[in-house]
Amino acid sequence: MSAEISEFTPNTYKTDEHPIWCPGCGDFGVLSSLYNSLAGLQINPKDLVVVSGIGCSGRTPGFVKSYGFHSVHGRVLPVALGVKLANPSLQVIGVGGDGDGFAIGGGHIPHAARRNPDMVYLIMDNSTYGLTKGQYSPTSPVGYQAGSTPYGNIEQPLNPLAMLIAYGATFVAQGYSGKPKELADVVTRAIEHKGFAFINVLSPCITFYNTYKVIPPRLKEVPKDHDVTNRAKAFELALQTDHVALGVFYQVQQPTFEDGVADIIKKAQASSRPRLDEIFAEFS
Amino acid sequence: MIDYVFRVGGEGGEGVIITGEMLTIALARAGFEIYTFRTYPAEIKGGHANYQVRASGNLLLSYGAAVDVLLAFNEEAYQKHYKDVRSGGVVIYDADSFSPASTDSLVFYGIPMTSLATEKVGIKLTKNIVALGVLAQFFDIPLPLFEELLKERFTRKGEMVVQKNLQALHIGAEYAKSQQKRESIRLGPGPRKTKELVLSGNESFALGAIAAGCRFYAGYPITPATDIMEFLAKELPKLGGFVLQTEDEISAIGAVLGASFAGKKAMTATSGPGFSLMTEMMGLAVAAEIPAVIVDVQRVGPSTGMPTKTEQGDLYLAVYGGHGACPRIVMGLTSVEDCFYGAMRAFNLSEQFQMPVVVLSDASLGHRKATVPVPDPSKVPLIERRTPTPEELRDYKRYRLTPDHISPMSFPGMAGGGYVAEGLEHDEIGYPAASNHEMHLRTTQKRYGKFHAVEVIANELARSYGVERPEIGIIGWGSTEGVIREAVQMAVDKGYSVGALHPKILCPQPIAKLKPFIEGAKAIIIPEVNFTGQFATLLRKRFAYDFIQLNKCIGLPFSPKEIFDKIEEVANDVRRDQRVHAEHV
Repeated sequence: MSAEISEFTPNTYKTDEHPIWCPGCGDFGVLSSLYNSLAGLQINPKDLVVVSGIGCSGRTPGFVKSYGFHSVHGRVLPVALGVKLANPSLQVIGVGGDGDGFAIGGGHIPHAARRNPDMVYLIMDNSTYGLTKGQYSPTSPVGYQAGSTPYGNIEQPLNPLAMLIAYGATFVAQGYSGKPKELADVVTRAIEHKGFAFINVLSPCITFYNTYKVIPPRLKEVPKDHDVTNRAKAFELALQTDHVALGVFYQVQQPTFEDGVADIIKKAQASSRPRLDEIFAEFS
Repeated sequence: MIDYVFRVGGEGGEGVIITGEMLTIALARAGFEIYTFRTYPAEIKGGHANYQVRASGNLLLSYGAAVDVLLAFNEEAYQKHYKDVRSGGVVIYDADSFSPASTDSLVFYGIPMTSLATEKVGIKLTKNIVALGVLAQFFDIPLPLFEELLKERFTRKGEMVVQKNLQALHIGAEYAKSQQKRESIRLGPGPRKTKELVLSGNESFALGAIAAGCRFYAGYPITPATDIMEFLAKELPKLGGFVLQTEDEISAIGAVLGASFAGKKAMTATSGPGFSLMTEMMGLAVAAEIPAVIVDVQRVGPSTGMPTKTEQGDLYLAVYGGHGACPRIVMGLTSVEDCFYGAMRAFNLSEQFQMPVVVLSDASLGHRKATVPVPDPSKVPLIERRTPTPEELRDYKRYRLTPDHISPMSFPGMAGGGYVAEGLEHDEIGYPAASNHEMHLRTTQKRYGKFHAVEVIANELARSYGVERPEIGIIGWGSTEGVIREAVQMAVDKGYSVGALHPKILCPQPIAKLKPFIEGAKAIIIPEVNFTGQFATLLRKRFAYDFIQLNKCIGLPFSPKEIFDKIEEVANDVRRDQRVHAEHV
């Protein structure tokens, strides 16, 4: 589709609000990938809801012209699920950081994954708490030194990709903010995926944990012959430590949560006439 | 006029609750007004359970006073309850289980319930149905009412189960015929001829929520609130709605806010521990101005406390829970019937004022069954959320400052209505204004400004009983309405100048009703089922007045006599003070 006949261009999604991120923040790359992907798919802004929690990445809804919900720390997924269930025709995109998603909000991920609502969950993973000035996060390496770990971090970092594959997410992918074109492709595939689509985006924090030099040499595309429907192979890819793979690790089709809800409603309405006075009659 | 109290006691798992429920429905269908009270252990099997059923030809306001008939399945039940039986009252006990030391003041019937069930029916578990047969025969409760109930309840378990239970019922009735009647209790058909429903407070609330248009519920199981979720899980899909069981209470309120943001009327119900977890999100609902109904069916706290027992201990949390200046509406549910209309009002208030409404029920109200007239939803006309007009959408500001402090709220799917529901302090558009000091004052004024209109409604909803300008005033809240009303009637009948005021909206307070009531009285009693007197404390902030507190903190609701005794004590004090004052003059 050429730009002339497209109703929505990347600029459609830009707001008057200027991102508060530090110049050079990885999140700018994520945002532009998002704009491009949304325009590419011609997502109508009136039907788009971007839900976030707290943190640098939590400010994203303010920079996407659509509906947005800037909720509280760690609660992206429950809020997003409520939005989606209230109106399944909406395109729901949850965004957050590694602290918001994996630390305070980590308890919601397994349940979102196994329910499989048709939504995207995009994590901007910078392995640090940028907004509170650089404390270690669940994906910081052992030895990471900052304000709350002056003697070095002694916790093993978690592996977001392996975790999501284990929890049963039906789409698991990884991107890098420094490769916005490739990232936009992954975002597009995530939006197109019918089910819970998780993307871990390596998005460096230029101020508190600058990994711009460390990450690129370790990046490799997911091998062309990788079978995305093979869960064991997806695990292998997520667990290997030689390099950092970019692309789709795992993708399978399963019924979505909304499909299940629609089935229940259909079943309930088939067996019963929904009127209040008839419900009353059960209690007389 | 007939007014009898039956109490059934036994081990958890012996069918105490089923016996009580069947007695309740049978007597309601026979034409009596019913008021039940039950306590049961926190464990599923074992532990003591009892179920009390008060039946009368008149409107019932409390669980009553002395017990007329005690049905004891075991010795523990007898020992726990025989002191509550009035002189001349009846004790029916399982003679296979124990034999009580006889006293002249009670009438005893030893029925070999266990052996009748084991030997004649062949199923030990039918012992409670044998007992129902005995009750029907002794007290002239029409046997067909129980037959009908057994069929309704057991048909889905198969014809064999129905037949065995019917057999147990008839064996009980036959056995009772062989006993000589030595007491005078006779029920027969009751005076009421119109149909009423038998509902628990939780069921009544759930029905009211449906009538209000609630189509989304998210919650996490917790005693004593779970039955609201289970009721709606069954009913909402029939109406195109859905119940989501979440991974915790934080998610529950999160999903409710998400659904409400997207345009659905949504609610959650919980109890103390879950409500504690919800307070952060309640603040988000205030800041982002999102309608939500949060029900707290209070139980004994702090912490896990006594999960199946009742208390009015969460009022502070409801009014003050959460950080920052955080206005929300708090309502107290007063009776099983009020639960229905209270639910409708809660949704109305929440949708109209775009703020969370916390609704306080409690274990005693949520779990007790009562007869109620068939609810009439047209008594509470529905109020819908204000949405932007096409004109307003041309220059849409979600948080526009308006004279009545209510801004039209768009929802996703509405072209031109896009905005960010924002927990950060924000401007009229919804853009973050985390460093805009003046804006913070203006939005705080906006959010609190809604209270002016809510207070007017609070004044309209406050109810009064007894003497209009009483010497002795009683202020209550929540589930104590009935028992206070009954105690006030007892006192008025004895010639005391007593009246009660019972607000339904507790925050903001109905000042125009409270002020003249308090100022006109010589003494004010505030009865509460909690230790410190939480409502009394909140009222002291507004009124420099020496309220007399009556607190009960044993996990059980008030009896009318406890409140009446306090009224009498205070009335005597007031008279003595007046005499002393007169002597000094």
